[in-house]
Amino acid sequence: MNMPSVTLKHVAKTYRLDAVGVPALNDINLEIRPRRFTVISGPSGSGKTTLLNLIGCIDRPDEGEIVVAGEPVQRMPDDALSDFRARHLGFIFQNFNLLPVLTAYENVEYPLLLTRVAPAKRKERVLALLAAVGLSDKIHHRPGQLSGGQRQRVAIARALAPSPQLLLADEPTANLDSQTGAAIIALMRQMQREHDVSFVISSHDPQILAEADDAVKIHDGRIVSVERRGGEAEAAR
Amino acid sequence: MKTLALALRNLLRNRRRSLTTVLAMIVGAQTVLLFGGYSRNITYGLQTDFVQSGGHLQIQRQGYFLYGAGNPAVYGIANYADVIAAVKRDSVLAPMVTVVTPTLQVGGIAGNFAAGVSRTVFARGLVVEDANQMRLWNDYGFPLNPRPSPLTGTSADSAVIGTGVARVLQLCGPLQVKNCPQPRATTDGAAGKTLPADIAALAAAEQPPGSAGGDARIELLAATAGGAPNVAALNVVKAVSIGVKELDDVFVALHLSQAQRLVYGNQTPRATAIVLQLTHTRQIPAAKARLEELLATAFKDQPLEVLDYETLNPFYGQAIAMFATIFGFIAVLIGAIVLFTVSNTMSMAVVERTTEIGTLRAIGLRRSGIRRLFVWEGLLLGVIGAALGVVIAIGVASLVNRSGLTWTPPGRGDAVPLTIRVWGETRLIVGTMIGLVLVAVVSAWWPARRAARMNIVDALRHV
Repeated sequence: MNMPSVTLKHVAKTYRLDAVGVPALNDINLEIRPRRFTVISGPSGSGKTTLLNLIGCIDRPDEGEIVVAGEPVQRMPDDALSDFRARHLGFIFQNFNLLPVLTAYENVEYPLLLTRVAPAKRKERVLALLAAVGLSDKIHHRPGQLSGGQRQRVAIARALAPSPQLLLADEPTANLDSQTGAAIIALMRQMQREHDVSFVISSHDPQILAEADDAVKIHDGRIVSVERRGGEAEAAR
Repeated sequence: MKTLALALRNLLRNRRRSLTTVLAMIVGAQTVLLFGGYSRNITYGLQTDFVQSGGHLQIQRQGYFLYGAGNPAVYGIANYADVIAAVKRDSVLAPMVTVVTPTLQVGGIAGNFAAGVSRTVFARGLVVEDANQMRLWNDYGFPLNPRPSPLTGTSADSAVIGTGVARVLQLCGPLQVKNCPQPRATTDGAAGKTLPADIAALAAAEQPPGSAGGDARIELLAATAGGAPNVAALNVVKAVSIGVKELDDVFVALHLSQAQRLVYGNQTPRATAIVLQLTHTRQIPAAKARLEELLATAFKDQPLEVLDYETLNPFYGQAIAMFATIFGFIAVLIGAIVLFTVSNTMSMAVVERTTEIGTLRAIGLRRSGIRRLFVWEGLLLGVIGAALGVVIAIGVASLVNRSGLTWTPPGRGDAVPLTIRVWGETRLIVGTMIGLVLVAVVSAWWPARRAARMNIVDALRHV
């Protein structure tokens, strides 16, 4: 049986700007299917990054229930949530967010240090991932010595390092030219298939949308539609 | 990537800022160490002075230290030679003791009847050879050139007086005392009178055989052990500066035999103290314990007590306390400066690395991991700053010590080399390093805590 990677039930999130509450998400109900390339799209300010943050367990909902990889996470203590993220989730950021003082190798190795993977296994995994993203010759380069596309490849390798069940990417091609962006999308797609992992991507890049297995459209903090490609399509519940 | 290596690389990211912070710590460490080394040197200097003149320990009759100044003779130690012999024989004490010698303190009136002047004095009878031996004690390696006592090789009626005594008794001329202003001529007509016949007779009776007459003579009037007055005519061989005017104005040193003849006459002579000088100051507790045991068993017929040099010289404790207070004040000021410098550096680092903090938290680093990262950076700054500070302070101290600069400390009559003791002062060095590192860690703690408590989403949004 294919248990959903993520389940959100009646999730709401409101941000406070001074004394004013600004609703970001309202009554979100969504299932992210395992081993799928799910793309959340919508206009700026629609709430896609907030939704991604909640799924990525780096933010907590005001209301509702979130189950990630089979675990209800909304009331998990902070340290347990950190450990959970380290074990089950991978992140790819718009600005790559690599640690500038670490080499490509060390950046990819870092999540494995957090999950206390043995040195030999760690090395094998890091080298394999860097080879998979085509950066075997750049392992000792620091982010400042890499191009934008190469940095994002390192970020993808880093996100995949702990063998997560779910990989979250926030506008991963926004800071790349279209050709590099296309290459990164292709790489993500390839990694998703090879590593049998769920990707949840927040983007309004048409190239990414075209690749989606599941396309979630969001507007004004509400899900407008969920398109399960290759079969079912469902309207917002 | 271990936390330490990551912390080090982060420090190297902004080298100028890290260097400025480390420089502040170096200056701080140097200030503390150089002042600490300077005050340590003064402490050792004072200790050396006291130990050279009064030994580490003194055996006295109980109550002499508190009340003996009123009538020292009453507090004389009978059979003091037996006590000294017992100390020299004792298998525990003998290896520790370098000198054990009797002294006799006498209060009296010194007069220069030729000039018609007199003043109260405090005389000390001593064994000159032992006193000379004590002057060689130099456990802290001061560049000293100890000169023998001016009483060395002199006749038994010889004496040394303080320059203040010489000034009042108008003996500066014969004793060739420099910078000795003479008083205006008095009008009471006392000057030039001859010694009264009764005092002259007493003085003649106390004159030891082979006494040397000289230009500088004084008569020392004192009470005998029985309470009767007695006078000794003394040939002053030199006036010396003690360094403290109050002492300089009352100081008289004479041979022990002469002092005993003055106080005890034909009775069995006594000593008011038996002075023990040890090889090292750290031996005091062991030597004192053994002495007390010895006195309580072999000499229990006399109420004797053992006092150490710190008790005998309250000024020593006061000087140490004063320097400790100043040192503490400086250390607190330096600590505050370092605290704000490191705190400022770490706060700036936290602000600059907000996005990184968010990223690390997102990929699973706990709050404690973030806190540890910044605290390690503070710790590294502290260790590097303190270590370099120690090295440079040792260098600066060495330069100062070789510079040939001199100064005259309070309580001394002559200039001494300006010395700063840093090298070898393990407690001072380790204490300063630990203090600075602790301050650096505490300084980093608050920014680290702030970093650890950041909201991940806000941190990731930071531009």
